[in-house]
Amino acid sequence: MNTQRLLSYPEAIREALNQEMERDPSVIVFGLGVDDPKAILGTTKGLVERFGPHRVFDTPLSEDSMTGVAIGAALAGLRPVHVHIRMDFMLLAMNQIINMAAKMRYMFGGGDIYVPLVIRTLIGKSWGQGPQHSQSLYPLLMNIPGLKIVAPSTPYDAKGCMIQSIRDDNPVVFIEHRLLYYQKGHVPEETYTRAFGKARLLAEGSDITLVGISQMAVECLRAKRYLEEAGISAEVIDPVSLSPLDIDTIASSVSKTGRLIVVDNAWMVCGAGAEIITQLIERNINMQVHRMGFAFVTCPTTPTLEEHFYPNAKKIASRAYEMLYPDRKPWTPKTELQLEEIEFKGPF
Amino acid sequence: MKTFDTAFIERLYRSMYLIRRVEEEIARIYPTDKIKSPVHLSIGQEAVSVGICEALRDGDVVFGTYRGHAMYLAKGGDLKKMIAELYGKITGCARGKGGSMHLIDTEKGVMGTSAIVGTTIPISVGYAYGLKYNGSDSVVVSFFGDGAIDEGAFHESLNFAALKKLPVLFVCENNFYAIHSHHLSRHHSDNICERAASYGMPAEKIEDGDIFRIYESAGKHIEAIRQGKGPVFLECITCRWKEHVGPNDDFHLGYRSEKEVACWKEKDQLTRLRNLLSSNNVSVIENEVEQEIKDAFEFAEKSPFPEGVVLYEDVFKES
Ligand SMILES: Cc1ncc(C[n+]2csc(CCOP(=O)(O)OP(=O)(O)O)c2C)c(N)n1
Ligand SMILES: [Mg+2]
Repeated sequence: MNTQRLLSYPEAIREALNQEMERDPSVIVFGLGVDDPKAILGTTKGLVERFGPHRVFDTPLSEDSMTGVAIGAALAGLRPVHVHIRMDFMLLAMNQIINMAAKMRYMFGGGDIYVPLVIRTLIGKSWGQGPQHSQSLYPLLMNIPGLKIVAPSTPYDAKGCMIQSIRDDNPVVFIEHRLLYYQKGHVPEETYTRAFGKARLLAEGSDITLVGISQMAVECLRAKRYLEEAGISAEVIDPVSLSPLDIDTIASSVSKTGRLIVVDNAWMVCGAGAEIITQLIERNINMQVHRMGFAFVTCPTTPTLEEHFYPNAKKIASRAYEMLYPDRKPWTPKTELQLEEIEFKGPF
Repeated sequence: MKTFDTAFIERLYRSMYLIRRVEEEIARIYPTDKIKSPVHLSIGQEAVSVGICEALRDGDVVFGTYRGHAMYLAKGGDLKKMIAELYGKITGCARGKGGSMHLIDTEKGVMGTSAIVGTTIPISVGYAYGLKYNGSDSVVVSFFGDGAIDEGAFHESLNFAALKKLPVLFVCENNFYAIHSHHLSRHHSDNICERAASYGMPAEKIEDGDIFRIYESAGKHIEAIRQGKGPVFLECITCRWKEHVGPNDDFHLGYRSEKEVACWKEKDQLTRLRNLLSSNNVSVIENEVEQEIKDAFEFAEKSPFPEGVVLYEDVFKES
């Protein structure tokens, strides 16, 4: 077993798809562009050659109905993986996702009705993605019973969560941030599943807990490095699974540090941060809290405005400093660390 | 049209009579508030479901809408579980969680009905994809109303079904109205079949509600679909006698005339079938069906409501 093998995030996803399709002939993959030369940023590359066009196929631009098709195929015994190259396009599928996929088992009283469906959906930011190519709408979905939602930030968790999503007998929304595609990490070659409802402690610390969702987990790791300059020790948690949410892991961290910043990779109103903090308050945890997330405006395209729109490592670090030292004058990291390479490599 | 033997006509009559009488009972009991969900009655439209379901065989499946009592029963769905479901009881086909609009009996191939217009059409198509993928020669029938034609999902679904040559029969029960809105106030012209055909499948319109014609036509199409020739579209003109939702007439609303419905009542297929049978055969069937209905309502009455703990069950399937 080569535990030291490094894979990128998209390589981890491609490996998971290959291994599951190999193992289980009922797994199919479809969506706009899955069999084209770009192959969903490489994640579906080679699948159609290996498994054939009945198992891997492009679709008409019919997000709504193709989601219904996925549900129907799932009822007939298949395990479809439906891919949306951008989450913005998935909005056209909300009727089928919320009214049917999430509800079918419940509204038909359980029994032999279940919907083993994976919806892969890519989110992103930067370089002019703008208003309709950058949205990260998981808070809308977290509000819906009957859906499982994961947004892993590491290649290891990406592979394990993908395999778990495919094997799960329920609809799973699998959220992938494009900037995470540059992440590399240790990924075992053999198949393994990553249980849902279990957060990942990315780095230990004692002064403050930083919870980052999706790519914001990476920004939190970078913030931790900046905070070291100021002598602050941050603990960093990636929830990985947004629904169900592992509040225990976050709660025990915050009980220790007494301070929490949740960095949403989305707008904050009724968001993951709001949910996490509320659940902690309900547990009477004594803490200082703060939320960060997108500015509550439509995402602008030009970089000078976009810079203000998103949280980033420096903003998180600066906010953490303020929480620890409310009486001192504000601090922003001076040095420009080369942090593109910040990656979580283990241990697992 | 070929002649049909008595045994077959009896079968049709039994199914038609069962549906009509069950719904009449539902309408009668409805004001007592024993039925715990709104009801969209199929009275007047039964011949579509019966004609088509009689042309199916075991292993074939149907998907439908909130106006689904007729389809459910015509496909052999369990009557006791249906009435218990309407009563909100734990013994219902969806354990009381669905009600009249969410009937299901997977053993009989009733794969579920939905209260969102058009939503089961793509799901039918996906199920057909699964059947074809697994090399099955079973067929899916997707039932929906003329209102569903307005939805994007309808068009997307027909396109995909034709593209992949999937084993699905689309059945539009055109009763001219979506609630109170006439189909010609929603569509440029009376061309539903032409639109369906343009996606690449045979499309046929049956105008007179004749149950034998529906049966024969469905049978012919289903055979072709079974042989792998791809989807077919069938438009069946029909008439809902009662109000859109609820047990009453609705002529006082003024959106349609009593005359419009009267001409359909004159050619009621239930009466027509009854007249083709001997009175002795008719009363044997009717007595049996009446007993079945009585038993089903008693079963629903006696069944318990779900306990509170049931609220949190059936959200996810535990693997
Ligand atoms: C997507 C959606 N829009 C609106 C409604 C409200 N609605 C319920 S039934 C109905 C009419 C549908 O008419 P049709 O498809 O012809 O079926 P029928 O009731 O005549 O059987 C409407 C608009 C709904 N249930 N779903
Ligand atoms: Mg109608």
